[in-house]
Amino acid sequence: MAMSEPIPAIKKFSDLANPTVFLSLTARIVPYMAGLTALLFALGLYYAFTSEGDYQQGETVRIMYVHVPAAWLSMMCYSVMAASALGTLVWRHPLADVSAKAAAPIGAGFTLLALVTGSLWGKPMWGTWWVWDARLTSVFVLFLMYLGLMALTRALDDPSKSARVSAVLILIGFVNIPIIKFSVDWWNTLHQPASVMRMGGSAIDGEFLRPLLIMAAAFTLLFFTLHFLAIRNEIWRRRVAAQRRLAARMANREG
Amino acid sequence: MTHAFYVTLSYAFSVLIIFALIGWIWMDGRARRRELAELEAAGIRRRSASPAQKAKGA
Repeated sequence: MAMSEPIPAIKKFSDLANPTVFLSLTARIVPYMAGLTALLFALGLYYAFTSEGDYQQGETVRIMYVHVPAAWLSMMCYSVMAASALGTLVWRHPLADVSAKAAAPIGAGFTLLALVTGSLWGKPMWGTWWVWDARLTSVFVLFLMYLGLMALTRALDDPSKSARVSAVLILIGFVNIPIIKFSVDWWNTLHQPASVMRMGGSAIDGEFLRPLLIMAAAFTLLFFTLHFLAIRNEIWRRRVAAQRRLAARMANREG
Repeated sequence: MTHAFYVTLSYAFSVLIIFALIGWIWMDGRARRRELAELEAAGIRRRSASPAQKAKGA
């Protein structure tokens, strides 16, 4: 079994990009990551439901503790994919393509979560489920890009062919990330501008900032745990495909 | 509708999405692990497997 293979020594940073090293590393650290994720979620949810309501938003401020981390993660996941796309195009490393392909469904999940929870907050607070303002529209475009990239990488079964095409598309789509981030400053949007990561420090009271940051940490760790496991699955999928091809060649030779 | 309704729905949807992602990755991993075990049982190994392992498997 692949997991019982001897582990090559890690001597330099690029050794981590060796699939066998990655698999053994994942098997070792993922249980700790998952445990810490659960712990942070427990703590974050405790603060999310024991902190006070906002004087304007009332109870709906609690939606922010999932909406904002999900929205941050939707952008971070795409940035991880863009970094992986560079790895594919510049160093032509096969694990970089595995990382990009594995991240796309997770990013789509977080983006959908941000859109739906935003809508559920918008209805009581803005009086509408949805408006086509710059922030909401650009995040919706991000969701469609995730779906498009998933469809593309899964339509071409030869990873060596799909890797470069999807890497180029990911990098072209990266232009959307600063648009999402700065849409609230560049255009007049119904969506409010940034209040946590902004010049002059956070504009949020500690009462709300505490659950928000803990939930953000929990979401981030959840993303990396899921991403590591999805990369592992994709490495296994490619090994199965390679071994089946090998078996078919051997059967041909014998027959 | 009350604010509690929107808050509950938001958290319910979050749980749904997160558990769907975890479930999908878990089931995908289990299926791949089974395929690798089947290949191993059929005597098909990676080219990079060590000669000792190959001898054991053959």
